Amino acid sequence: MNRLTPEPVGTPRGVPAAPGDVLSDLLRRSARGDQQAFAQLYDATSSRVFGLALRVVRDPAQAEEVAQEAFLEVWKTSSRFDSDRGSAMSWLMTICHRKAVDRVRSAEASTRRDTSYTQQNQTIDHDVTADAAQASMEARRVRDALIGLTDVQREAIELAYFGGYTHTEVAGILNLPVGTAKTRIRDGLIRLRDKMGVHS
Amino acid sequence: MSVDIHALSGAYAVDAVDEFERAQFERHLSDCASCRAEVDSLREAGSLIAETSAVEAPDSLRASVLAGIQNVRPLPPVVVAAAEAGRSTRRRFPALVAAAVALIAIGGAGATVLDLAGDDSRGTEVAQVELTATDRILRASDAERVQQKLPGGGTATVVRSKTLHQAVILTEDMPAAPSLHTYELWLQRDGKMIPAGQIAGGTNTVLLDGDAASADAVGITVELAGEQPTEPSDKIVDVIGFETA
Repeated sequence: MNRLTPEPVGTPRGVPAAPGDVLSDLLRRSARGDQQAFAQLYDATSSRVFGLALRVVRDPAQAEEVAQEAFLEVWKTSSRFDSDRGSAMSWLMTICHRKAVDRVRSAEASTRRDTSYTQQNQTIDHDVTADAAQASMEARRVRDALIGLTDVQREAIELAYFGGYTHTEVAGILNLPVGTAKTRIRDGLIRLRDKMGVHS
Repeated sequence: MSVDIHALSGAYAVDAVDEFERAQFERHLSDCASCRAEVDSLREAGSLIAETSAVEAPDSLRASVLAGIQNVRPLPPVVVAAAEAGRSTRRRFPALVAAAVALIAIGGAGATVLDLAGDDSRGTEVAQVELTATDRILRASDAERVQQKLPGGGTATVVRSKTLHQAVILTEDMPAAPSLHTYELWLQRDGKMIPAGQIAGGTNTVLLDGDAASADAVGITVELAGEQPTEPSDKIVDVIGFETA
């Protein structure tokens, strides 16, 4: 299981995320053109960035492209990361998520439009998540927190976050009145935030 | 403006908004500190969900990323006025809005202005683009928006700016018109239907012809191709009414 093999830079993967200030520091050094720091940042975050891209776009080759675009964006805009507004990890994931969502929306294949297909495939399958995630304490905490949401909140968030659907589309898929899915997504995220102890 | 735009914070934080909503919400964010803080915290929460999907990245990705950065230098920090320095990036929005407004005022129609939407709202790069008539309507401060599922499938969204006297229709997945027919657009004013252009099936954005400021509704009908109808046929796809203020 190379998943648990320590990274060359000494950042164990899969186990708790590298402390935020370490990532922030790597980002700051990247902004000054330090490629070594960026390589360390990559090693500490690539499984999460690639995993998210893969989850959203599904196709491994496309996920690789999306993750690559995301990392290049991170490199280019590293000077614009503002630690007052959130963690470095969240900043990276936000960039990757946006790119992945843009990709699925622009490449909208007819199969993705088929809601019955989507419904069968979109919800988090707790049995087939990656080894890395299984090993991660953080992932476990997140999963526990997700279980604490109402079914509708969880489904709405998963369809939005992993499915790349707009709240209007989520409403359609879940047969909710238009305009209510955004409330479910917001309520669910607030609950998740509070359970995970994210500071606002 | 939507009744409760604050409620979009969660959907916006996880990119579950369409382009119009994104533009509107970012405009709102520029002067709503509590929404900015909420979006930041919900993004933080949202990105935790990705913890559950971590997967070992292929070695080829590492190689291509590290090769890719050789050819690009990091951008300099966003230049902000001295008084703004050190404050959050989100707070520079009002300044940019003011700058864009000034440019519009100087340049008039078709002027090159700063694009506030950027390609991602965090690492926002200020791109220079031509603001089209459609963009101006979508971003207008008085933009009203009505969205409706079409009875025959797909959705239509009508956005109108009374101050600009114009409206735009954005369709998604509208079935193609029957063969030898087209979709005609109409503006309804005082019970009369005025031709306002045509639209194809599928996903499209069309600027409606005519003054939309006083229109009550936008209609879509099926008409024979090649004709220029002055009266709508009885094959009405949908009528999308503006909310009366």
